[in-house]
Amino acid sequence: MLNVGKIEEGFVLDHIKAGKSLSIYEHLQLDKLDCTVAIIKNAKSNKLGKKDILKVECDIDMLDLDVLAFIDHNITVNVIKNGEIVAKKDLVLPKQIKNVIKCRNPRCITSIEQELPHIFVLADEKKELYRCKYCEEKYTETAKSL
Amino acid sequence: MRHLMSPMDFTVQELDTLFDLASSIEKNPAKYAHACDGKILATCFYEPSTRTRLSFESAMLRLGGQVLGFSDASSSSASKGESVSDTIRVISGYADICAMRHPKEGAPMVAAEKSDIPVINAGDGGHHHPTQTLTDLLTIRSLKGHIENFTIGLCGDLKFGRTVHSLIKALVRYPGIRFVFISPEELRVPDYITDMLKANDIPYEEVIRLENVMPELDFLYMTRVQRERFFNEEDYVRLKDFYILDTAKMELAKKDMLVLHPLPRVNEISVEVDEDPRAAYFKQAKYGVYVRMALILTLLNITV
Repeated sequence: MLNVGKIEEGFVLDHIKAGKSLSIYEHLQLDKLDCTVAIIKNAKSNKLGKKDILKVECDIDMLDLDVLAFIDHNITVNVIKNGEIVAKKDLVLPKQIKNVIKCRNPRCITSIEQELPHIFVLADEKKELYRCKYCEEKYTETAKSL
Repeated sequence: MRHLMSPMDFTVQELDTLFDLASSIEKNPAKYAHACDGKILATCFYEPSTRTRLSFESAMLRLGGQVLGFSDASSSSASKGESVSDTIRVISGYADICAMRHPKEGAPMVAAEKSDIPVINAGDGGHHHPTQTLTDLLTIRSLKGHIENFTIGLCGDLKFGRTVHSLIKALVRYPGIRFVFISPEELRVPDYITDMLKANDIPYEEVIRLENVMPELDFLYMTRVQRERFFNEEDYVRLKDFYILDTAKMELAKKDMLVLHPLPRVNEISVEVDEDPRAAYFKQAKYGVYVRMALILTLLNITV
């Protein structure tokens, strides 16, 4: 069993679907932060069988919870201060996400308009369905992220 | 400031007010002949659409206003690479209201976000064409006195036809509407529409033969199979002649059934049907002007 040490201040993202941690690393743009990050893949989990975990030593305000909720709102977010868990944050599907995913509809104005942000709006909360704000094309998993 | 992007932007009550105004204009055009004196409508058409553009221009001219604009992208600065955002910022200084048609879906919304003047979506690719839907609703209301308790047949290209999708979504908000979708298998109405109807308990049926359902219909909305929506010429040629409405089929219909069509027609309605008093599609084009007049007044906050 691999052991990764405690962090003093930051957050631990637990119950990440196995194999998804790198994608979350990219979406949260953790590569751009100057902080310690531990990526744990395929850890044992009672709930999921296997799971990924991300430990990030940084200011908690740096975390974009909306992006995280969009990727997987079942992730547990533990806020750490002085080496202890001080809060668990609930993730709620964001009403709108900006420049996280790209509209793949070739007929959409986002395909030609200069510097137009790619905005997706939550169209159906139950189905977790997002549609492009401009052309209303639905987002599917096969659409590549930015 | 308000824009019109989708036919659903207005509530049913707001539509009633708009249609009341359109009917008032129809009955007493002289009263509104100078309502827009000194106002300018910009028609920014990035793809050709003679009918819609002329309908907007006619509406503004009949209100005493003036029009300027371009009728295809090659005669605009878009051909030099100007963005929609920049164009509308410039147009905002030239005109008081703008009607925009664009081949890219969502382009008028981008314009509305940057605009200082009201923007009307005059058609954005295969997405929305709200003023056509307003025209269709006004035609139904004007010719029948109300928009409820009708069986409405929609025939032809129900897959790619944006006017059909918009009209269905708009009609769902009125009580007692039943739909009959008449199309070949390849051009059936998309699942998201039938899912929406099921979710709202709106009765509908899907059939292939037009003759079988003619006697049930209060309205028959015919559509053109559009060449530009097909990637494959063979499919287009095979499907374009699938339905042709002629006098023989009209004999099966109710005496007070009405035929609508967003126009232009190619050959899906035989010319002989034009003489039938139930052919309402040319009247429908006229209502398109009245509803656009009412819309321009509403968005410019002009009361007469």
